[in-house]
Amino acid sequence: MANSCVDFPAKGGFSFDLCKRNAMLSDKGLKLPPFRKTGTTIVGLVFQDGVILGADTRATEGPIVCDKNCEKIHYMAPNIYCCGAGTAADTEAVTDMVSSQLQLHRYHTGRESRVVTALTLLKKHLFNYQGYVSAALVLGGVDCTGPHLHTIYPHGSTDTLPFATMGSGSLAAMAVFESNYKEGLSRDEGIKLVSEAICSGIFNDLGSGSNVDVCVITKGHKEYLRNHMLPNPRTYVSERGYSFPKKTEVLMTKITPLKEKVEVIEGGDAMEE
Amino acid sequence: MESNSETKQHSLLSSESGIQRTQYPYVTGSSVVALKYKDGILMAADMGGSYGSTLRYKSVERIKPVGKHSLIGASGEISDFQEIMRYLDEQVLNDHMWDDGNSLGPKEIHSYLTRVMYNRRNKFDPLWNTLILGGVKKGQKFLGMVTMIGVNFEENHIATGFGNHMAQPILRAEWHENLTFEEGVALLEKCMRVLLYRDRSAVNKFQIAKITEEGVTISQPYALKTFWGFQAFENPTAGAEGSW
Repeated sequence: MANSCVDFPAKGGFSFDLCKRNAMLSDKGLKLPPFRKTGTTIVGLVFQDGVILGADTRATEGPIVCDKNCEKIHYMAPNIYCCGAGTAADTEAVTDMVSSQLQLHRYHTGRESRVVTALTLLKKHLFNYQGYVSAALVLGGVDCTGPHLHTIYPHGSTDTLPFATMGSGSLAAMAVFESNYKEGLSRDEGIKLVSEAICSGIFNDLGSGSNVDVCVITKGHKEYLRNHMLPNPRTYVSERGYSFPKKTEVLMTKITPLKEKVEVIEGGDAMEE
Repeated sequence: MESNSETKQHSLLSSESGIQRTQYPYVTGSSVVALKYKDGILMAADMGGSYGSTLRYKSVERIKPVGKHSLIGASGEISDFQEIMRYLDEQVLNDHMWDDGNSLGPKEIHSYLTRVMYNRRNKFDPLWNTLILGGVKKGQKFLGMVTMIGVNFEENHIATGFGNHMAQPILRAEWHENLTFEEGVALLEKCMRVLLYRDRSAVNKFQIAKITEEGVTISQPYALKTFWGFQAFENPTAGAEGSW
């Protein structure tokens, strides 16, 4: 807390005021609640006609799986998608923010977004926060200059690669890519290789699991294959069903449909642009 | 085993007493990968000994035969591996002196190594190694691992160190019973190639060892072919001038 007579308005960025107090509390033994990390396997590869991205669907909070089927492939632009690993809030916020910036840029220039634009916007933001925004991303897309695949690390460095993996399962997925990748793959071969790499992450890494999401981006066309593979189905459901002990007694049930209370005007004017 | 210097009451130089303990490894070997195949065991390791982040020694043999029926491969501290070989040579010699027609098999050696490693860890003075032991005796194949804290188990395919993260996924997906020798070597080479690309302490100089009922063969050192000619590596920033 600065000792000054004039109150400055809060500037952007993090305020590190509470760090000393937090350090004192953790010395006394207080444990912070764990962040919801995605503990992930995300991959991307460049094939003959474009880019294929893949991701698993498990989100973990420490040792617990908090979301069995989350979406890790985020929309950036009609021709650009981004997979995110690391802290879930950070990846969501950063990709949403850059996606809006790209939309504004598209309106301004009247052209399709380029992958390098998304790359530079993300990289600038992450470097600015010196690695505290814990988002490791695999960015892929096809624009007028061709297909591109990049990885972005939380501190802001980037790589341009023919195939890339990130997240805790990246080593298992990279083992599959390094042994089986070649240039000029067809669409089906590419999807098969991406699925194999994600499955390798799912079955060999504890932080990844559940299903496989795949996104295929080609010139002028994209396909988001949500839950392309479900290699972990729930095979046993108890036939007896579940009975929970009675808590609050239900005395009366009365349902009031809201339509009577709200006036619905059919075929009104469309909202003005 | 302990180095007994004079136990001083107030020692400013040594920590608590005159006893030295292994705190961290100095010269280390990277991963070893092994698998069971139709006729026996195949094991592969590179020949590098790293001194911290320097690749200091490039002709370290990390796979050695033990007795008539076993092969041992080690990753971790090289000096501790040499010590373990001394203990094993002593055991094999004693066994030979019995002259009773029987000889130490892989299961026995595995058990002995587990005891040695676990006891050292209990004294807070571990032998800083992860050992892979493979062998064939009377038609029975054996492949097992012992870590520096005494964890031991048997499996059909094993990898130490970084190999656990990069080679095991490949082995889990592609290993099956009754691999032929050629298939086994191809699978091991696949794993070693991935490790060569992605492990910073790997050298491109390997030995593959094979043990069957007939005996041990350790190959001459050789190098693997690597491929770096991807389009994207030629000019990575073609689409983004000035980027990296």
